[in-house]
Amino acid sequence: MNKELRRKKRYQAEKRFQVYGIIAISLAIFFVGILVTKIFSDGTSAFSRTMIKTEIKLDADLLGITDINNKDEVENADYYTLIYDEFTKSIPFSNDEEEKQIITLLSPDYEYEAKDFFLKNKNQLGKTVTILLTASDDFDQLHKGNFPRDIPEDRRRLSNFQLQIYDQLVKENKVTKVFNNYLFTKGDSRDPELAGFGGAIIGSFFTILICLIISFPIALMAAVYLEEFAPKNRITELIEININNLAAVPSIVYGLFALGILLNVLELPRSTALVGGIALSLMTLPRIIIPARASLKAVPPSIREGALAVGASKVQAVFHHVVPLAMPGTLSGTIIGLAQALGETAPLLLIGMVAFVVEIPGSPLDPSSSLPVQVYLWSESAERGFVEKTSATIMMLLGFLIVMNSLAVYARQKFEKKWN
Amino acid sequence: MNREAKVISKNVDVFYGNKQALFDINLEIFKNEVTALIGPSGCGKSTFLRCINRMNDVIDICKISGEIEIDGFNIYKQGVDVVRLREKVGMVFQKPNPFPKSIYDNIAYGPNIHGIAQNKQELDEIVENSLKKAALWNEVKDRLNEPGTGLSGGQQQRLCIARAISINPEIILMDEPCSALDPIATAKIEELIDSLKSSYTIVIVTHSMAQAARVSQRTGFFHLGKLIEMDETDKIFKNPNNKMTQDYITGRFG
Repeated sequence: MNKELRRKKRYQAEKRFQVYGIIAISLAIFFVGILVTKIFSDGTSAFSRTMIKTEIKLDADLLGITDINNKDEVENADYYTLIYDEFTKSIPFSNDEEEKQIITLLSPDYEYEAKDFFLKNKNQLGKTVTILLTASDDFDQLHKGNFPRDIPEDRRRLSNFQLQIYDQLVKENKVTKVFNNYLFTKGDSRDPELAGFGGAIIGSFFTILICLIISFPIALMAAVYLEEFAPKNRITELIEININNLAAVPSIVYGLFALGILLNVLELPRSTALVGGIALSLMTLPRIIIPARASLKAVPPSIREGALAVGASKVQAVFHHVVPLAMPGTLSGTIIGLAQALGETAPLLLIGMVAFVVEIPGSPLDPSSSLPVQVYLWSESAERGFVEKTSATIMMLLGFLIVMNSLAVYARQKFEKKWN
Repeated sequence: MNREAKVISKNVDVFYGNKQALFDINLEIFKNEVTALIGPSGCGKSTFLRCINRMNDVIDICKISGEIEIDGFNIYKQGVDVVRLREKVGMVFQKPNPFPKSIYDNIAYGPNIHGIAQNKQELDEIVENSLKKAALWNEVKDRLNEPGTGLSGGQQQRLCIARAISINPEIILMDEPCSALDPIATAKIEELIDSLKSSYTIVIVTHSMAQAARVSQRTGFFHLGKLIEMDETDKIFKNPNNKMTQDYITGRFG
């Protein structure tokens, strides 16, 4: 009977344990679910942009164009006045204040948009055409439903007059949403509707590229030397322990190092992907060395002996046989290390990659931002329009991380060679 | 019989750290013969075998004193090139260890690193001849590009033998080559050893007394790091000088 009872208890304990596990996993999924839902519900609206449809007459006098074939004239024509005059004309107003309120419904870049439009439609000179112009941030948020209308006018960013215009425009079917290509092609901007993470993506790309170029060969060589050639003594033991310690050093310390040595002593250009990449490669080095050593260790010694026995030198045995077999593990370790570097913010803040960068960087030597820093920057901005941009950038970053981690899994499974 | 000593071991002591593994080994291995080394586990026969191509160099804590002469040349003299030594002294291991590459590449690796073949055609010939000598050609000639690790255990071991002879060594060391194989595969390897002895000097470590008796001309018996007795195989198995040898081969210990 006692035995019976004990067995029952054992089964119960097992059941209990399983329930704990299921609860833990459910909780984890629940929180991740909340996080992802929040990011997606905030971020998806950033992928569209509100446009105002307006009819304008491409007046040659207003533009100041006398000869359509004169490139210089077309280039320097007065698109600002064209849009200002034509747009304010399309909406009735009674005083200067109202006129100003009308024009601020458009994003300040309207003259460039008008120029782009005109360069594609030069033959329409003198005719009346319909043109889509990007709406201002407040208008955009109003149209996306993120803007509360029912608070007193003096605490609102849009006046009653402007709301009136909005309602009128919607009634006339003149407000549309288009895919927000600016998000992918533009750099940072003070105006949310014109800001994009295109510059941040390129910056991140250069940073990770520099990081890969520096850390992968050094880490691989270090791992190969330590695992295959180094004598086992006090010094190599000390190095080993320190590599493991380095992997645990907070990333901001690497940022301080980069700030102190790379920027202040070596005077490398501030805010650049070059310096960011070097700082991140210091952080990534131990994170590649450790998995690389583990995969070298996993290659059976019989392979080394087989190579040595046919007269291969030590270096040949290692580089012809051991390193290729250790590659899948090393590569997946590298990709995961780079994925961590991609999401790293702290060291980049210290070396000045937190700067406001409008230009899309053309090389690792140009000032640039990066995706996680862009998230940091936009999350601090007051404008409502940056909230959705922040979430959209996080979505982008998560997307890259998922792609990189899948690549790591793929590399491990696809290229792994089996031996008996 | 006119016999020529290929390998002569003189006062060889081997230490792993502080532990002495071999004590004062003196023996001769004759050319174009199969010499078997027998003895209980841990007696040092494999250690001695690995001294002949300096495979023990890989182990940091292993120290060797004494001399091993091959063709009258001491391979432990300072400045000896182990790569050239291993070109001359091939080795086959206990567990088949083909490279995880194609059958062709497994054989071609040695000739490639030593620059033995002048062109692709010569390399093809070396691969074919090595596989033929290892009695594997007929089984694999249609699938040379398939991985060597996909072969059966016995085939893998013959592939390793083919790999060892691809660089045309003078001596082949075999460290319990059949211990991971079934009896049929073992019989094939033994047959192969017999046919190879006309061109190579073979030293084989084995746990199977029957195998030593079948394939070897001379047998050495090791016990606790010492060479107890070495003589003609017939004599060792029928009328050994030493009581311990007698006890071991009749199965009274070990």
